[in-house]
Amino acid sequence: MQSITDQFFNLTIMAKTLPLMLSGLWMTAQLCAAVILLGLVGGLLVALANISPRAWLRIPSIVFTDIFRALPPLVLLIFIYSGLPFAGVEISPFAAVALAFLLNNSSYYAEVYRAGILSVGKGQWEAARSTGLTKAQTLSSVVLPQAIRNVLPDLLSNTVEVVKLTSLASVVSLSELLYNANMARSITYNASPLVLAALIYLVILWPVVRLVSRFQRKLAA
Amino acid sequence: MNNRPMLEIVSLQKRFGENLILRDINLKVARGELVFIIGPSGSGKSTMLRCCNRLEEPSEGDIILDGRNIMSGTSRDLDQMRLKVGMVFQGFHLYPHMSVLKNVTLAQRKALGRSADEANARAMDMLDRVGLAEKANAMPSELSGGQQQRVAIARSLALDPLVMLFDEPTSALDPELVGSVLAVMKDLKSKGMTMLVVSHEMEFARETADRVVFMDGGVIVEEGAPEEIFGAPKADRTRAFLSRVRR
Ligand SMILES: Nc1ncnc2c1ncn2[C@@H]1O[C@H](COP(=O)(O)OP(=O)(O)O)[C@@H](O)[C@H]1O
Ligand SMILES: [Mg+2]
Repeated sequence: MQSITDQFFNLTIMAKTLPLMLSGLWMTAQLCAAVILLGLVGGLLVALANISPRAWLRIPSIVFTDIFRALPPLVLLIFIYSGLPFAGVEISPFAAVALAFLLNNSSYYAEVYRAGILSVGKGQWEAARSTGLTKAQTLSSVVLPQAIRNVLPDLLSNTVEVVKLTSLASVVSLSELLYNANMARSITYNASPLVLAALIYLVILWPVVRLVSRFQRKLAA
Repeated sequence: MNNRPMLEIVSLQKRFGENLILRDINLKVARGELVFIIGPSGSGKSTMLRCCNRLEEPSEGDIILDGRNIMSGTSRDLDQMRLKVGMVFQGFHLYPHMSVLKNVTLAQRKALGRSADEANARAMDMLDRVGLAEKANAMPSELSGGQQQRVAIARSLALDPLVMLFDEPTSALDPELVGSVLAVMKDLKSKGMTMLVVSHEMEFARETADRVVFMDGGVIVEEGAPEEIFGAPKADRTRAFLSRVRR
């Protein structure tokens, strides 16, 4: 019993490695901010292209979302980080991770937005257009606010996935939360830093998944 | 006052794929006139109305609004034209995420470029006119169907349209709520609004319409004063339709 506590819940070791963990958390936060914010904007643009009547916008965007949802994010990441240098393109670990996950994530966001936009009835478009609003005005004032409300749980779930995804960045030695925890583990010969990292992920994400469930129940009601 | 028609539909045709839904429709609507359109389901009444503001794109023909052909011009002209043609739908289509007041001010702000104060004042006038000033801050979901439809009318009216198109405005309403919407429409007519109304409210047509148009199979079969169409229809198809709806 004593040894389990020492190996997994060693408070002394947790306290000692806390600065390292916090700096990892900070890197994770930066990565999430970049991928989530750019993903939300990029995903929206892709979704709009996706529903466009113009084939030259629609077809590339469908190909984009299909490819980057089908491709495993880890494959994409390693290709960008380790494959592209063969073409003379050197890229920092942060940029590689951000790019790989952005491509993956904006495709998912795009699908969510698209479902949201399609969930808003044709009548809303027609009412707005018949009062002289342009397509862009109709989208921004009438359709998107309703669309986003309709898919808020899915947008949030997807955001949770992004945060979890960032832990894959440890494979390209980006010093985010999991990478630093694992480093702390190897320095201290103790699993407590990994437990601490898991706890940090849980504390951050648990409220969000709860919120998603609440929203889902409310929308279903 | 000039006596050029407010709205003129000239040789209008509409195709959906292979199907010719409107075949050569011609109709002139004078200023302040209320033209009431009847006809069996699927005869093309909605399609004809929707061609009048190009929600549906005519395949052939012209739509002349107050002397201007709306079939020519840029997309900017089209948006400007649309706010001169009010449209009221069977399903109301209020914006559910906005208060009643915002529903009525949105296009005034964005399409007409009115200031917030101006738009709010105009919206309150129009809401007052449809008897719903006290609901300005309510959300659409808090209103009855009849109230929602009156807000939808106020939303169009606030843009000072030249013509108002009504596509079965009371068909989705519980019977006890129909009267309040018809009363608003009657008031509009008495104030000189030019109106095109697709509806099954024959009593309203008798009292309010200047002219009744009977459509079937994508053509105007017959038109005339309400007493002519309802009292002594000439075409067999009109008689058959009227006896069906009266039963
Ligand atoms: N968007 C559309 N695509 C294909 N067919 C349509 C479309 N809208 C209407 N129609 C067809 O056009 C005909 C006339 O429809 P509509 O104008 O709605 O008739 P009404 O309003 O008189 O009931 C119907 O046969 C309908 O199926
Ligand atoms: Mg119809």
